[in-house]
Amino acid sequence: MSFDVIIFLVLLGLGFVFGQIAEKRHYKSIIAREKALHNVLCSSEKHIPDLGNVEGMLVRGSVVISIDYFKRFVAGLRNFFGGRVGAYESLLDRARREAVLRMKAEAHAQGASSVWNVRLETSSIYKNQKQSVGSVEVFAYGTAIKICR
Amino acid sequence: MILSNIETIPGKAIIKHLGLVNGSTVRAKHAGRDIMASFKNIFGGELKGYTELLHESREEAIKRMVEQAESIGANAVVNVRFSTSSIAAGAAELFAYGTAVVLEAGNEF
Repeated sequence: MSFDVIIFLVLLGLGFVFGQIAEKRHYKSIIAREKALHNVLCSSEKHIPDLGNVEGMLVRGSVVISIDYFKRFVAGLRNFFGGRVGAYESLLDRARREAVLRMKAEAHAQGASSVWNVRLETSSIYKNQKQSVGSVEVFAYGTAIKICR
Repeated sequence: MILSNIETIPGKAIIKHLGLVNGSTVRAKHAGRDIMASFKNIFGGELKGYTELLHESREEAIKRMVEQAESIGANAVVNVRFSTSSIAAGAAELFAYGTAVVLEAGNEF
């Protein structure tokens, strides 16, 4: 067995083990924070109902998140056969939820109770030699509304 | 300076539109962060260096947009939009644009 194959298998194994741990831990933290911030309402609606004396401000949140070696390999195989690429689905799901959470956290820190006109922007920022997507950036922004009494 | 990504500033009246303002910045990632990122590409997870880099760059784009708005006498920017485009392998352009407006003075908090 050549040295290259051993390295490849080691990376695959490391990616599988640490990738799974990282993903589980991330989902756990996302769910916990989503519960904590559930009182900050998020809407993609542009027209804000009349809430009385309010103050608005732009809030944003972004995250860059990377896929692990194992999943990238699996996704590469998937490219050959076609079909759903579950590996990337969970990556994007985690990235979007994380970005929205960071935006919500900023809104919460400013004392806002809701965020309107939420927009999400996704871009792949890093490409490795084989031109496969290594990581994605998700940027979420919206107008936070603070009700002044 | 108040920013919003809807057509108005909630709770305030716009008395004058001053037109489009924009700010942009082109950033490249540096080698140190790149090495860390390639490790993360094996294990998976958040690339904190990149998150920070893009966050800073976006703040810079917003700052430039705000400066431009201030220079033409605006006190708010509405309808702010962001766009990201990668121009070269290692560089990205972050662009922010919006409409500069003047808000009714009596309505300030």
